[in-house]
Amino acid sequence: MSRIVQSGQYQLNVDDLKIAGSGDRMTLSIGPHHPSTHGVLRVILEIEGERIIKATPEVGFLHTGIEKNAEHLTWTQAITVLDRMDYLAPLSNNLGYVLAVEKLLGIEPPPRGRTIRILLTELQRIASHAIWLGTTALDIGSQSVLMYAFHIRELILDLFEEASGARMNPSYFRVGGLAEDVPEGFEEKVRAFLDEMPKRLKEIRTILDKNPIWLDRLKGVGVIDADRALALGVTGPNLRASGVPYDVRKAYPYAGYDEYEFDVPVGENGDSYDRYLVRVLEMMESHRICRQALERLEPGPVNVDDRKIVLPPKEELRHSMEALIHHFKLVSYGFDVPAGEVYQALESPRGEIGFYVVSNGKNKPWRVRVRGPAFYHVFALPAMMEGALLADMVAVIASADPVFGEVDR
Amino acid sequence: MTHHNADSQFFTTTIDKLVRWGQKSSLWPLTFGLACCAIEMMNLVSPRYDMAQFGSEVFRSTPRQADLLIVSGRLSNKMVPVIEQVYRQMPDPKWVIAMGACASSGGIFDNYAIVQGVDEVIPVDIYVPGCPPSPDAVLDAVLKLKEAIGDGRVHGGVMRA
Repeated sequence: MSRIVQSGQYQLNVDDLKIAGSGDRMTLSIGPHHPSTHGVLRVILEIEGERIIKATPEVGFLHTGIEKNAEHLTWTQAITVLDRMDYLAPLSNNLGYVLAVEKLLGIEPPPRGRTIRILLTELQRIASHAIWLGTTALDIGSQSVLMYAFHIRELILDLFEEASGARMNPSYFRVGGLAEDVPEGFEEKVRAFLDEMPKRLKEIRTILDKNPIWLDRLKGVGVIDADRALALGVTGPNLRASGVPYDVRKAYPYAGYDEYEFDVPVGENGDSYDRYLVRVLEMMESHRICRQALERLEPGPVNVDDRKIVLPPKEELRHSMEALIHHFKLVSYGFDVPAGEVYQALESPRGEIGFYVVSNGKNKPWRVRVRGPAFYHVFALPAMMEGALLADMVAVIASADPVFGEVDR
Repeated sequence: MTHHNADSQFFTTTIDKLVRWGQKSSLWPLTFGLACCAIEMMNLVSPRYDMAQFGSEVFRSTPRQADLLIVSGRLSNKMVPVIEQVYRQMPDPKWVIAMGACASSGGIFDNYAIVQGVDEVIPVDIYVPGCPPSPDAVLDAVLKLKEAIGDGRVHGGVMRA
């Protein structure tokens, strides 16, 4: 009996592809050093001819001990290690953690601080999806898209550098607000970027949307249905591509997202192509949110008015003894957070990232447990891959968008 | 290389210099992304930084075809055998750039999981500070490495084997 595999518009008879004489199964180890595993993933594949029978992901090659490291740093210092977890979206990590700590403290930053947070987090989402677009297209075989997509990201990184001084790991959100207010002229620069970005994205879509190779390699590849995806803990764009309109920003609004108008793009087929479409549409939704955030941006303080938590302004240190004491205390010891535990979920570019923070009343977190969405996506890969062709593995891994800093932590 | 006379269309050099000129003009890096720095490493081929102008844009996926290993990111204990094997598979001469604080010294991750500097495992030619270093910094390291190869100051793992 011959088995027919459907890949895009082509039909393949698997028996034709078998290596002569082998006949049975072969085990193939892909990674951890492989250009298409998006980092350091190892997948052990059992293949019959060209068809994947079973896939077993192995993770842990980038285990960094970030959660453990956070336990011996003060509440503010812990932000820096958590930055380096999901390194394509460090600001989402920042936001989740500071929101959790703020929940424990029972504080909320003033409107300007909240708006800037949302503005920058959404810019981060655009940048993260841009990298996804570039690297996925590269894996499929289109190198020019990488150039266009990295340019979008570069423009955003310029904005981050302007605001925080760092391109990639800004540690810009602090408990109680921001590290400092955005510099003068920042809004105009963001506006200029927002005017530019749709054109850039359109260029990319012109290359990809009707490209027969792109369609063939993504349509109908790596299908996962809604029930299976939910059972495996898949969230974010990967889940929405399967038709489940679950977005933490809508379901459990945080940081003031309920005041913004945006849609949640949803796919139908749960294949790699829908995952592409959902992400591209999400970039435009983030663009919409950024526009609204810019409109809301009004002058005012960005930090809570509590000298026990937020550093005093630099100029006050020169003439105020009290400010100096607060500064010294905060820098050397930090601040205490009331004992308790809290869970804060938010929508990172990859999905629902959750921070479970426990305090024992001291100046350091007792435990910071992170629910990294990409971890669950890696273990949903077997479900997406089984029955696919070996060459589709590349498209499936790429379209699931794992980031191994977050998977392994 | 020295041109004695522009009209007479030949020049004299030593084999050693000619080989070094060839080596420094076509440094091919290995695609070996570990963590955050890997994204900035990918940025090197993007239009703004354009490493192609220095002959190093061809990122090779197999160690057999690469002569420059840019260790981009933190190296966990579990990854050590992998990087050792990849380094051994690269043909001589080969050079190593430790990109970023983690690869150079462990960075902020002084804990049970992370190797405190990739030079504990393989020899390193150039260290690039930063967390992560900007692509210009890495580009500068590549240029410095080229210069050093041309001058015969680094021999690419051969001498130190």
